[in-house]
Amino acid sequence: MKEIIQDIKKRFNCTDEIEQSKTQTYITVKKELAIALITHLRDIEGFTHLVLLTAVDWIENNQFQLTYMLNNPTKKIDIGVRVFINRETATMDSAHHLWEQMATYQRELKEMFGIDFPGSPRLNEPFILEGWDNIPPYRRDFDTLKYAQETFFPREGRETNDPAEFMKKKMYPDEEK
Amino acid sequence: MSDNTKNIEEKKDKFLAEENKKRIVTGPDGVQFEVDPLQDYFCDKRPVAKDPKNKVIENFLNWARAESLWVLGFGTGCGNIEIPPLLTPRFDAFRYGIQMRPTPRQSSVLIISGYLAVKTLKRAIRSYEQMQNPKYVLALGSCTINGGMYYDSYNTINRLDYYLPVDVYVAGCMPRPEALLSGFNKLKERIKAGRAEGANDYANKFDWYKANQKKIIKDWNMPDYNW
Repeated sequence: MKEIIQDIKKRFNCTDEIEQSKTQTYITVKKELAIALITHLRDIEGFTHLVLLTAVDWIENNQFQLTYMLNNPTKKIDIGVRVFINRETATMDSAHHLWEQMATYQRELKEMFGIDFPGSPRLNEPFILEGWDNIPPYRRDFDTLKYAQETFFPREGRETNDPAEFMKKKMYPDEEK
Repeated sequence: MSDNTKNIEEKKDKFLAEENKKRIVTGPDGVQFEVDPLQDYFCDKRPVAKDPKNKVIENFLNWARAESLWVLGFGTGCGNIEIPPLLTPRFDAFRYGIQMRPTPRQSSVLIISGYLAVKTLKRAIRSYEQMQNPKYVLALGSCTINGGMYYDSYNTINRLDYYLPVDVYVAGCMPRPEALLSGFNKLKERIKAGRAEGANDYANKFDWYKANQKKIIKDWNMPDYNW
């Protein structure tokens, strides 16, 4: 594991190495070199299995963090490749040519985060949300509670018969809460 | 404006299933004619409420309906995991006259088992409308009552009775098969008492139900009433 990390650090200018456990390491790489690094890992280092592709919305830094989780089935080690992209443009190179299932992950990210992957097949077809007309729901500036209350006819709560509240209202009606 | 409507139509066309698109068909006598399945294969007539004509006969029919509940095998959420134990020997719902049916046309009870995503609601509405009268809805779990743990979700509905007429709610998260059986017995009592008039309610308040459904299903690409 350590030799692989040393090697790719030299080749691809990887930073922020985090060793989560003996078999799992995360590294951060620049957006331009990400697909090259993933191809290198898959074809030369034997990380042939794509575990997942996911995103995190760092709204404070105006960034999306993409994590490509790769697994080496012979050595039984995982490597997580982190890529930070700009939140405004939200565009990343597509990697559907490396794994077919990558297209599904990218389709989901396009729908849920609005991250664009130009060239990825069936990217704009609805995945779970049909006819969505708001900002993508996994972005952190999307207020799901407000949206649900405006859209889904919330049921008003039960009448409360809490004795403390009742006595307070009865005995001190003028007092503010 | 015309461009805009054209775009919307194209978009609708894209979502439409292949067998529902307009096409030219050659008849057995060699004559070609156009088929528009959304107009020709579905009935978009409004549902009509029917009053019982003879009370004695209606009571007998209600008894017969209550003793033979055919359930549509349509699992919508996590609650559907409670249905297999209900039907297998441990709880054996068959002794109450409850059995599963594969298609909406054959069944009289629709179980909404747990949370309903907007995407699933669309299918649930279609299934409900294809069922023949009289039909009953049994809502399972707290998600159908007030949203349950998904009360603030962007994609699951909060209360079912705004979209489909519900006869019996079974509370719980998730309710055990015993609770479900008790719900079925409640439904039987309601049917025998002549109070399970969900299909008539749906017909009477049709516009209200449709407005609620269309408010959340934004890519409505089917006829208003498709039975």
